[in-house]
Amino acid sequence: MSMPFGYASPEQIMRDKADYARKGIARGRSVVVLQYVDGILFVAPNPSRALHKISEIYDRIGFAAVGRYNEFEELRLGGIRYADINGYTYDRSDVTGRGLANLYASNLGRIFTESIKSLEVEVVVAEVGETKDGDAIYRLTFDGSVFDEHGFAAMGGQAEAVAGRLKDRYRESMSLADALEVALAALTEPGGERPPVGQLEVAVLDRNREHRKFLRLTGARLERLLAQTTSTPPAATPPPAGETPAPDDAPTGPPPTGPEGDVDDGSSPPL
Amino acid sequence: MASHRDLPVGLANELFRNTGSSSFTEFVTSYAPDVLPRRDEVLATPIGDQVPHATTILAATFAGGVVMAGDRRATSGNIISQRDVEKVFRADDYSCMGIAGTASTGIEMARLYRVELEHYEKLEGRTMSVAGKANRLATMIRGNLGMAMQGLVVVPLFAAYDPDRDEGRIFSYDVAGGPYERERFDAIGSGSIFARGSLKKLYRDGASADDMVMTLIQALYDAADDDSATGGPDVTRKIWPIVSVIDADGFRRLSDEEVSGYVEQMLEARLISPDGPIAPLR
Repeated sequence: MSMPFGYASPEQIMRDKADYARKGIARGRSVVVLQYVDGILFVAPNPSRALHKISEIYDRIGFAAVGRYNEFEELRLGGIRYADINGYTYDRSDVTGRGLANLYASNLGRIFTESIKSLEVEVVVAEVGETKDGDAIYRLTFDGSVFDEHGFAAMGGQAEAVAGRLKDRYRESMSLADALEVALAALTEPGGERPPVGQLEVAVLDRNREHRKFLRLTGARLERLLAQTTSTPPAATPPPAGETPAPDDAPTGPPPTGPEGDVDDGSSPPL
Repeated sequence: MASHRDLPVGLANELFRNTGSSSFTEFVTSYAPDVLPRRDEVLATPIGDQVPHATTILAATFAGGVVMAGDRRATSGNIISQRDVEKVFRADDYSCMGIAGTASTGIEMARLYRVELEHYEKLEGRTMSVAGKANRLATMIRGNLGMAMQGLVVVPLFAAYDPDRDEGRIFSYDVAGGPYERERFDAIGSGSIFARGSLKKLYRDGASADDMVMTLIQALYDAADDDSATGGPDVTRKIWPIVSVIDADGFRRLSDEEVSGYVEQMLEARLISPDGPIAPLR
């Protein structure tokens, strides 16, 4: 029996989709999420100050993502709706990171199997507990797999290399400054230059905060924290204007208006 | 061909439906209307007197912020239904609301309002303007008008720190909505007439937060003195008024120890002069 024209085996289709998604995710820069003594730290090199890769979902839950901005933004908004409606229906303490991770996983999985193009995103849902044993970091990949990470997670860009450097340096119960130092070291290629302070998106879920644990670290606060890190990063002194040293993977040309990655110019496969 | 507005397959999950608005209330109304309190019921008889009522709330601005205070009494007709009810709620980091009227409806409204503000903040990545917050609350009160006509009246007082002006702002409402911005101070609830009279004499422009907390404690005592539904400080049970201060550092509810300090100071002075501080005649 002859195969119909254009036949591709299911295995081939899945493999192609996975390759496509992996390539998309690897294009951007990495994001690092790790535990420190008072909670969970998120660090992302991000030239855009308007389009966030890290954000708050609920009182104790934070979100970080890499990949295509419009896709993970949709996930973020959906997550906030899920959390707010459940917190309002029941009680604020009834919204959990696990519930949100499951919701994301089932949706990512369904899109991966049903849609021609899977989402080119990788997501971390992190939840801070009363003590460090209550902290949870869930990493979700484009196909809906959930990884319950212990202590730290890296995704996007050269994720494996970053995760390797992170694993070497990570220690339990680090101070915030130490954790930030570890994150920046992991995000920087050996011999590479660290991203300047203006291009860092940093946030924490701090268990000692009241009400909402999520806090963005920006401006003077972040600079003070960077000054506390053990080595003096070149980032503390802004490079002279005009000759900004561009990291290897930094986009050249006009300043980016969004997280890096190709702009969707309509040439991607139609949905 | 699907338009660009359509979601990818799978994201058709209702939770991901984009209502095009950052309002939590609008989202819930379209997605799960039953979760919201119903506003369209018709009661066989008005039940106003049979459910607990919250009473007096005061707010006053000081240099660089605003203070809100509320007594702890809830009444059903002539019965004191609760001695330690909380009627001043944190709405977000820079605003709070106090409720007078039907306690249950007010508490529900405060809970929804908090989610409403946070939802907007998280979706939009910015804090709603103070005027925007005041308007959203007005819409909620307006939605309760039908119930208010049947006795379930709830009227809030809203106070916020406005970072653009570096000052506190106060908004009041009526059963049909509002908002009405108030200069300097305002009070709502059954004891508000007496509290306002007291505040009128005691309010000082440019006072410190500390002085303004004391002013509100005095005014609340004056209200409790003359209004049966307003509770004074309960010294034996150690139930103190709720006092919240909002300034550039954000919302802060004073601890019981802090409030008891102010109350004891006030009571001591009133042992000598029972009517409280005397405003100068000229």
